[in-house]
Amino acid sequence: MKFSRIIASSGEWLSGDGPNRQIVVSSRVRLARNLRDQPFPGWAKKSERLEVMNLVKQAVEHLPEMAESYSENLEALSPLEKQVLVERHLISREHAAKGVGSAVVMNAPQSLSVMINEEDHLRMQAIRCGLQLDNVFKMIDRVDSELEESLEFAYSSELGYLTACPSNVGTGMRASAMLHLPGLVMSDQINKIINSVNKIGLAVRGLHGEGTEAMGNLFQVSNQTTLGEAEEEIIGRLNRVIEQVIEHEQNARALLAQRKAITLHDQIGRAYGLLCHSYSISSKEALNLLSIIKLGIDLAVFPDAHRFPVDELFIETQPAHLQKDAQVVKMSSEERDALRASIIRAKLSQVPQPDIARLRIATPATTENQ
Amino acid sequence: MQCDVCQTKEASVFLTQIVDGKMQKVNLCEACSKEKGVNDPTGFALADLLLGLGASQEIEKSPAAMKCPVCGFTQADFKKTGRLGCSHCYTVFADGISPMLKNMHKGTDHTGKTPAAFLKIREHDEKIKTLQSNLNKAIEAEEFELAASLRDQIRQVEADLAS
Repeated sequence: MKFSRIIASSGEWLSGDGPNRQIVVSSRVRLARNLRDQPFPGWAKKSERLEVMNLVKQAVEHLPEMAESYSENLEALSPLEKQVLVERHLISREHAAKGVGSAVVMNAPQSLSVMINEEDHLRMQAIRCGLQLDNVFKMIDRVDSELEESLEFAYSSELGYLTACPSNVGTGMRASAMLHLPGLVMSDQINKIINSVNKIGLAVRGLHGEGTEAMGNLFQVSNQTTLGEAEEEIIGRLNRVIEQVIEHEQNARALLAQRKAITLHDQIGRAYGLLCHSYSISSKEALNLLSIIKLGIDLAVFPDAHRFPVDELFIETQPAHLQKDAQVVKMSSEERDALRASIIRAKLSQVPQPDIARLRIATPATTENQ
Repeated sequence: MQCDVCQTKEASVFLTQIVDGKMQKVNLCEACSKEKGVNDPTGFALADLLLGLGASQEIEKSPAAMKCPVCGFTQADFKKTGRLGCSHCYTVFADGISPMLKNMHKGTDHTGKTPAAFLKIREHDEKIKTLQSNLNKAIEAEEFELAASLRDQIRQVEADLAS
């Protein structure tokens, strides 16, 4: 399969459906694995990395899940193509920096991707829409079991799967969910939530932002530790925390609608106005305003039919995605900002003006006396 | 405030995380935060970062001249990269790594998935262990008929594994 064909369609995690998808954008689980008798990629010589890559790539390409797949060595990808894959969360930033001796294999729906010779010999991930960490884990667990028949993984009965970095040893698993939390941000509760989630040993990060200032009100919650708990326990703990965060977000939205209705209407109206009429817009501003439009769709202020086109804009307005279709080799940031604004204007012209009278809170408000 | 990584530039990214009631702080400059992937949601964990900085001292509890016989990795390499050389390094540097793991994780023993091939070996090992202890008891009690039968069973299990 060609790169252009992979890129032409958005991933299943963006276009699909899943539980709680209004608040949970995606669920992702990645497993780190290494071959028993080969040095880890960061310590291996080039010849050893190539040997591992060929061995692993063949095994991965033969998986039934990869019957229809895209597979490429990293040196064959341009920096722009690599960046597109990073923006789609299909490879890591670290992997994008790799060249000869590293590769990536992904299935056509882009729900499964395997990075070969990233920090570990294998970093495989499954990603789906909405909150479904259990399903996503089952998916990647099956792939792991299938690979284990042809590859001998580094494993010790005391420490579990052995990884290049001791922080991943044990299950080698990082499970995460991307949450859209405009309500908690607007009501200034987000820091409180982040702190309490951190306290129980889970990590919260922004989409690209350091510290707590995240773009587009998107936050990623993931497990921090990998040793001493079984995979199902880690996911169970994560699920319970995420469900609570969802509840807090719903309550925050209900409270905003009840007590700060004018502020809420104003924000939605302004976001719509700015996006419809701007001729130059930065990636950060675009994401933050699109987040408000997304909230507006959740609250029925905009028709639900526009959910997918708006969700798509979150990815399409990222720097590399903007440039992938453009004929110029490298665009300046002014050119990107102008192109971004025009893409957004074109799409939002299909979305009717916000109808504030239709505003409703999706779940019964349980916020009285809170 | 100086950047904890390069020790030269002014820090502008401040990370604080509380793990098991212990506060961990890292200060980074713009360039190092990018390099360490702090703004990359897919790749960053404070633990990884701390490991590359403070925790690398821990491995020095292993004797200084120690070198992994399989891949030639040394402590100095770990201090530099925060990553190990190969899976055998976990055995070679076990004394240094285990206190580090204790600080970093919920427990020190893996309780999750086991590869199917390992599961089989483990089952056999346990079977043989039980049979062997029964055999010892039988010999002590001078029940030689039982002992002979147990010995045959052990041979059978060993033959099964080899096949």
